[in-house]
Amino acid sequence: MPKTKLPYLKHRIWNPRVEKMDREQLGQLQLERMVQTVQRAYDHVPFYRDRMDSIGMKPGDVRKLEDIAALPLTVKDDLRDAYPYRLFAAPMKDIIRIHASSGTTGLSTVVGYTRRDMLNWSECMARVITAAGVTKHDIVQISFGYGLFTGAFGLHQGMERVGASVVPLSSGNTERQVQIMRDFGVTALVGTPSYALHIAEVLEDSGLSADDLELRVGLFGAEASSEMLRRELEAKLQILATDNYGLSEVMGPGVSGECLAKCGMHINEDHFYPEIVNPETEEVLPPGYTGELVLTTITKEGIPLLRYRTHDLTRLITEPCVCGRTQWRMEKVTGRTDDMMIIRGVNVFPSQIEAVLLEIEGVEPQYELVLERVGALDQLEVRVEVTPDIFEGSMAHLVALEKKVRERVQSRCGITPIVSLVEPKSIQRSQGKAKRVIDKRAL
Amino acid sequence: MKVSQITVFLENKQGRLADVTEALAEHDVNIRAASIADTIDYGLLRLIVSDPVRARQALMERGFTASETEVLAVEVEDHPGGLAKIIRCLADQGVNIEYLYAFVGKSGENAIVVLRSEDTDSARARLADAGMTLLSGEQVHTL
Repeated sequence: MPKTKLPYLKHRIWNPRVEKMDREQLGQLQLERMVQTVQRAYDHVPFYRDRMDSIGMKPGDVRKLEDIAALPLTVKDDLRDAYPYRLFAAPMKDIIRIHASSGTTGLSTVVGYTRRDMLNWSECMARVITAAGVTKHDIVQISFGYGLFTGAFGLHQGMERVGASVVPLSSGNTERQVQIMRDFGVTALVGTPSYALHIAEVLEDSGLSADDLELRVGLFGAEASSEMLRRELEAKLQILATDNYGLSEVMGPGVSGECLAKCGMHINEDHFYPEIVNPETEEVLPPGYTGELVLTTITKEGIPLLRYRTHDLTRLITEPCVCGRTQWRMEKVTGRTDDMMIIRGVNVFPSQIEAVLLEIEGVEPQYELVLERVGALDQLEVRVEVTPDIFEGSMAHLVALEKKVRERVQSRCGITPIVSLVEPKSIQRSQGKAKRVIDKRAL
Repeated sequence: MKVSQITVFLENKQGRLADVTEALAEHDVNIRAASIADTIDYGLLRLIVSDPVRARQALMERGFTASETEVLAVEVEDHPGGLAKIIRCLADQGVNIEYLYAFVGKSGENAIVVLRSEDTDSARARLADAGMTLLSGEQVHTL
């Protein structure tokens, strides 16, 4: 008997007062909060004080939202340089949670949350979760890895806030995921889209189908996905799939999320002020233009970030949405403006792999990274040229080299690669900056 | 003069072995013996040639990664038990063999075994003590 799961879905809004706020009033609220945040950053973070002093800017110079554009952009390296706590604007006694960005090398980017930050985070998540069709009646399986990564905890807290029943499964052991999903009557799935697709495949392999499940919605994030992948997930799992967006530096998931209309992710603008800039000139672009998303946190106490470069390419959608929310939306992220790779939801930079190779052989290696989607899962291949300076002529040495690269990349980046040793000159040389990454994944 | 083996790194791709042998032919290098150790993706081609220095240069010019390794060349009596005698002699002395391969010399009466041990010097000493005939580099390369 076919199930009628989808008709239960209707547009619900967690916090109508804010999510449907009149734009002018919202602008006023944003400005008040922005002014406070800039003042807080100036008073408590030497990095921002020096930066503002150097351009002769005072916190009081922010009189309208656009004035923030006078500040230079904050970049990931600024966070790395401040490792671990030097960008914190609150004393450690007020910090109640610390996270770090996923998969970064040695010096990662560390973020801290005050109690109020944690409440705001759950609030933002509760809105995204409600927009995606989840209510307190849902049983939610969280298939993000728990740990320093913000994905699992962010969704977890938001789900508790909404009142749903949370099953904190973490990622991995897919057969068990499928079994629990069926036995526990799970109705909502949280994870990366590619892992969800893998779960769908394992479900099929176990001779089951979506009819054996109670699943009705999926909330996906942490990596870019395409409309094609969404449709595939919706068909295979018989769910309504929405995207949500965030990054650990500014908070984690909860920056924005799609409503059931699936036409862009509503931004929690009362907590994050978005700008779109030309990634080359850093000039602010008018709404509607595609460029790099820059976010200013306007309520964060632990680590306020002013004009943070996300390196994600998107555009802002200002037209009203059928769901009734007045918040602007951002389009699905269509690409990156740096060389960061997102592999199974984990952020990996080519420089991390290069560092591993350098460490192992002490010479600058010729290498290439090939990303492919095998079945539903991303696969990273590290191709290394066997040049005379790393060749000892013995098989044992080559096998050990492969193993070392594999293990160190795994421990450093959290991704187990396939290591391929290739002949010299088989990796294409390019003029100027080497093209290290070949992404063959059809998104 | 030590016996020198050329080891070439080769991806398992069509035509690579042909490229190696042609490069050597062009430089007038004669191949005395060859052996291949392979994994799924790549292999190591081990060669005993008439002129190792020239061979290595020729291959590097063509973009191959090639190294020179010292190996031992031992004459083996060409009858049952000939090889066993050599191996037993090393095994009893606790000398490990990484790999070996054999070829037949010009006279055709005795075979020659090329072997590589982690500890070439003690392998050489053990074999000499046991009265085996070790060939010099000159003998092997100019056979």
